[in-house]
Amino acid sequence: MHEMSIAESVLGIVEETARREGFSRVAEVRLEIGRLAAVEVEALRFCFDAVVRGSLAEGAALAIEETPGTAWCFGCNDTVSVDSRGEPCPRCGGARLQVSGGTDMRVKDLVGS
Amino acid sequence: MCTTCGCGTDHVTIDGKAHGHDHGHDHGHDHGHDHRHDHPAPAHAHAAGTPAGRAVAVERDILARNDAEADANRRRFTAQGILALNLVSSPGSGKTTLLVETIRRLGGDLGLAVVEGDQQTSNDAERIRATGAHAVQVNTGKGCHLDAHMVAHALDHLAPAEDSVVMIENVGNLVCPAAFDLGEAHKVVVLSVTEGEDKPLKYPDMFAAADLMLLNKCDLLPHLAFDADLCEANARRVNPAIEVLRVSATTGEGLDAWCDWVRAAAREARGRRVRGAARTGCGAACTCG
Repeated sequence: MHEMSIAESVLGIVEETARREGFSRVAEVRLEIGRLAAVEVEALRFCFDAVVRGSLAEGAALAIEETPGTAWCFGCNDTVSVDSRGEPCPRCGGARLQVSGGTDMRVKDLVGS
Repeated sequence: MCTTCGCGTDHVTIDGKAHGHDHGHDHGHDHGHDHRHDHPAPAHAHAAGTPAGRAVAVERDILARNDAEADANRRRFTAQGILALNLVSSPGSGKTTLLVETIRRLGGDLGLAVVEGDQQTSNDAERIRATGAHAVQVNTGKGCHLDAHMVAHALDHLAPAEDSVVMIENVGNLVCPAAFDLGEAHKVVVLSVTEGEDKPLKYPDMFAAADLMLLNKCDLLPHLAFDADLCEANARRVNPAIEVLRVSATTGEGLDAWCDWVRAAAREARGRRVRGAARTGCGAACTCG
C-alpha cells in the first residue's frame, strides 16, 4: 500500500502548486503513471480520495493517464513494448529484456480557482 | 501527514521517540527548478464538463521529494566514504539473522551499523545491539516501507563513522520498498528457499531494482522441492544483470562470498570519498556533493 505515500506526495505537489498560483480550491488533478511504475491505479484513486479529505483538493477529480511500458530486448536488439516485468519479448519470445520506459509517475497539471 | 514538509510520517518513531523535527530544514533543493507556469490551459484540454477554474501545468515527478532526500543521503554517504546497503525481502526471509552473522564476520573490520525498519517493536534493533553494533530502530507505524526522510533522521541518530558500512533493513515487504530510493549504493534482495522459486516473477519490481539476490536458508534445500536454479533463472528474467549468492545464515554456507562482496563494495565507497575529496578539495565533512 505505498499508494498511500504516493497519494500524499501528489497532495503535497498539488498544495504547493495551489499556493503558488493563489488557488483556494483544486477541482481536477491529472497524473501520468507508467504501466511499470509499480502502482495499482485503482488503489491510488482510493488513497487519493482519502488523503485529500479536508484539504483544498477535497472532492477533486483525479484523471490518470497510463503510459506504456517499454523494454530493450537483447534478442531483437530493439525496443519493444511490455505490459509487465518478467514477460517474454512480444516479438521474439526471448526472456532477456531490460525495462527502458514506463516507470515514471508525474503530476501533469491541475485545474484550480 | 505533516502539513509543513508533507513528510507523511507523523506516526513514525525512531528508537521509540516520536519522529519530530522542527522543519527548520528547507526542502528547497527539490524545487530549484520551480518557475511560474502562466501559460494557458494545456492543449489536451478539459473540454466538455471542465470544472470551473484555471488549468496550470505542473510536470513534476511524484517521488521528486523522496528522490531529492535520497540524493542528500547519498551525498552524505559519499562524503564520508560510507557503503549503504538497502536490504529488502518479504517478512521472515532471515534478514536479521543474516545481519547478525554478517556483523560477527565483518563488524570489527568495517564498522557495521544498522538502521532497522519495522512497523512495530524494537526487537530487531535489540538483536543487532546484542552483537555490539550500533543500531537505530525506525517504526513506521502503519507505513509499509522506509523512505529517504526517515533514513535521514535515523542517520542523525546513528552517526555512522567515516569509511564504515550502514545496512538498512527495510520493512519486510516485497512490493512497496522497491519504489523508494533511500540513497543506498545497492539494494540487496533476500529470498529464502522456503518461499516459492517464482517469487521474482510474482514481485518483479523488487528483483528488478536489486543488484544482488541472496538466496538464504540454503541448508534447507535437501528437505524442500525448491528448484534453486529455476529461481535464479526467474530472477535473471526480470533483471539480467542481477548477481546471485546462495547462503545460509544458520550454517554459514556462502557467507564468505557475501562478506567478500560487501568488502569490495565498501572499498568502492571509500574510493568515492577519496575521489570526491580530491575533486572538491573540501574534505570529508563537506556535503556540497
